[in-house]
Amino acid sequence: MTATNGTRTIRLESMTRVEGEGGLRIEVRDGRLQDVRLDIYEPPRMFEAFLRGRSIREVPDITARICGICPVAYQMSSVQAIEAALEITPGPGIQALRRLLYCGEWMQSHALHIYLLQAPDFFGMESAVELAGKQPDLVRRGLELKKVGNALMETIGGRSVHPVSVCVGGFWKVPRRNEMLALRGRLEWALKASLETVKFVSSLPLPEFKANYECVALSHPREYPMNAGHIVSSAGLDIPLKEFEQVFLEMHVAHSTALHSVRAEHGSSYLVGPLARINLNLNHLPPAARQAAEESGIAWPCSNPYAGIVARAVELVMTCEESLRLIDAYEEPEPPSLPYTVRAAEGCAATEAPRGLLYHRYRINDQGIVQTARIVPPTAQNYRRMEDDLRLLIPGILEQTDAEIVDECERLVRNYDPCISCSTHALRARIVRS
Amino acid sequence: MAGDAKPRLAVFKLASCDGCQLQMLNLEDELLEIAGAVDICYFLEARSQVLDGPYDVALVEGSVTTEHDVERVRDIRRKSKMLITIGACASAGGIQALRNMHNVDEYTRSIYANPSYIHTLSQSTPVAAHVTVDFAINGCPISKEQLLEVLTALLIGRAPQLPTYSVCVECKRKGNVCLLVARGIACIGPITQAGCGALCPGFNRGCFGCYGPMESPNPDSLCQTLTVRGIPRAETLRLLNGFTGWAEEFRSAAEKLEKASI
Repeated sequence: MTATNGTRTIRLESMTRVEGEGGLRIEVRDGRLQDVRLDIYEPPRMFEAFLRGRSIREVPDITARICGICPVAYQMSSVQAIEAALEITPGPGIQALRRLLYCGEWMQSHALHIYLLQAPDFFGMESAVELAGKQPDLVRRGLELKKVGNALMETIGGRSVHPVSVCVGGFWKVPRRNEMLALRGRLEWALKASLETVKFVSSLPLPEFKANYECVALSHPREYPMNAGHIVSSAGLDIPLKEFEQVFLEMHVAHSTALHSVRAEHGSSYLVGPLARINLNLNHLPPAARQAAEESGIAWPCSNPYAGIVARAVELVMTCEESLRLIDAYEEPEPPSLPYTVRAAEGCAATEAPRGLLYHRYRINDQGIVQTARIVPPTAQNYRRMEDDLRLLIPGILEQTDAEIVDECERLVRNYDPCISCSTHALRARIVRS
Repeated sequence: MAGDAKPRLAVFKLASCDGCQLQMLNLEDELLEIAGAVDICYFLEARSQVLDGPYDVALVEGSVTTEHDVERVRDIRRKSKMLITIGACASAGGIQALRNMHNVDEYTRSIYANPSYIHTLSQSTPVAAHVTVDFAINGCPISKEQLLEVLTALLIGRAPQLPTYSVCVECKRKGNVCLLVARGIACIGPITQAGCGALCPGFNRGCFGCYGPMESPNPDSLCQTLTVRGIPRAETLRLLNGFTGWAEEFRSAAEKLEKASI
């Protein structure tokens, strides 16, 4: 932190306890907030460019590598976009197994964020390691929940980081029914632990904050959305997936290697992720999750970003409930993968990644080789909304020290569980005062 | 690493997906014990505490793709007694090294509306292309068991023992039927280092080289076999130009194969 010539500059080299790397810059002049922006300096990896020329058979393996924390999300959106292009729809058995795999990913990702990344904020601690010194059982519960989610992913996908079972049309190989049933006991424990998690996060002192969000998520007539549905928003939007690119626009700004998404119509920000999902899909939560949501003390729909941790915990309950239901009903899909004929075509899909809506579009040629790829990750859709939230937060805390301001800003951004690695296909804070 | 003070550990990230760092957090049963045995001085994803070097061990994830990261790896090297790369990006350049075979300006123009905002090098390179690396853990992602083996070995002061043989050995141990021989499925397991437990063959699909080249591979011979088995050249090339495609052994084999067909 430095002060020069009456201009007060605060630099925090990197935001911590977020996935990927990037920074924050705040400019204050004459005691007033001039500008705030997230500096995303994580190096661009250019997946959309090098996907061109690759076979559709390789696409789910390549897109998985965009994110080590939510590889399944990238696999689900990409295979379904290609299946849309080929006009094939895998049967209910394959779809149920994909939902189970996705449940595993949500579980480990949400448990990681709640217990290891965000919980320390509420105790004034710098890490889960420090928290474990005071409340070992709490941190161990979080680690065990994460482990159960990983076990579910490993059973279906071979490993939790970049699983290998997903292919266009279905799965390379599906697990045996007894392998799935063997997970039952651990999932029953996880359901109880998730309910405890909702109680725990509901007891935390959530800062007061009210924003006016346009929440955007998938919606499905019969289930809590993951792999299927159309796009709805709290402002009354209701569109099929194929209209995504007309309604949401990606902007390229100078301070970011990640693109920023806005509503095309009026250039405004919007919110995706667990809070937006519950706000729009409360009625589709399965019974235990619905009850936990109601007993959490949060009035849904909720527009306090700090309640994101509660939304994530409620979804943790949902994933355990859904996993148990799907495992009980599981029968090995036969064949494990739907045969298809390759042809020149274009298709898109969107699914709900742990952090929110994830849109993919591919154009392929008659040899099954990718010609163009378009990927819009959830964190890129939330950046503008994060900056808007910071604009609401900072004027009220300007009397505080630079270090305190930086800390508050980091806490606010952490609500979004940003995955910067995803969005650059990163956070460093700076405050400039003059 | 004898002495009274705990070894100082730092975890750094360059261009990557976070998956290899996550494998450390995926050691759910051992994580708190590790945190007790070493001083985790720098690990942005996991903790806010940031302690400056020198470090006894630096784990580096990700490949070098910007001028800024060239400086960072030099700085990390200066501050660290032992530098260990974790994963295919840091050890071999990663999937993003596919750019090395293309025009990066064109890539940037195809993705970003204002290419002038983007500062990136024309190549994605492994850490060892810039500084001395003491040890490499391969894999996309790394295996958490291998990570634990390396950390344990360092803590008790012995050399880490990771396999240098091929995926074929793991396949045979598991009793898998050879997909290439029995079913004519393209597989680069014979030249890929073990570590995954022959995961993909277990899922009825050929190995695509996550762990990079094994010690002294014979890729030319494998390419010939694949050709004889009727695998299209384009498919073999894509397998070699994959997650560890910039590793010398895979890159030169792909170049040779490409030239041979002209």
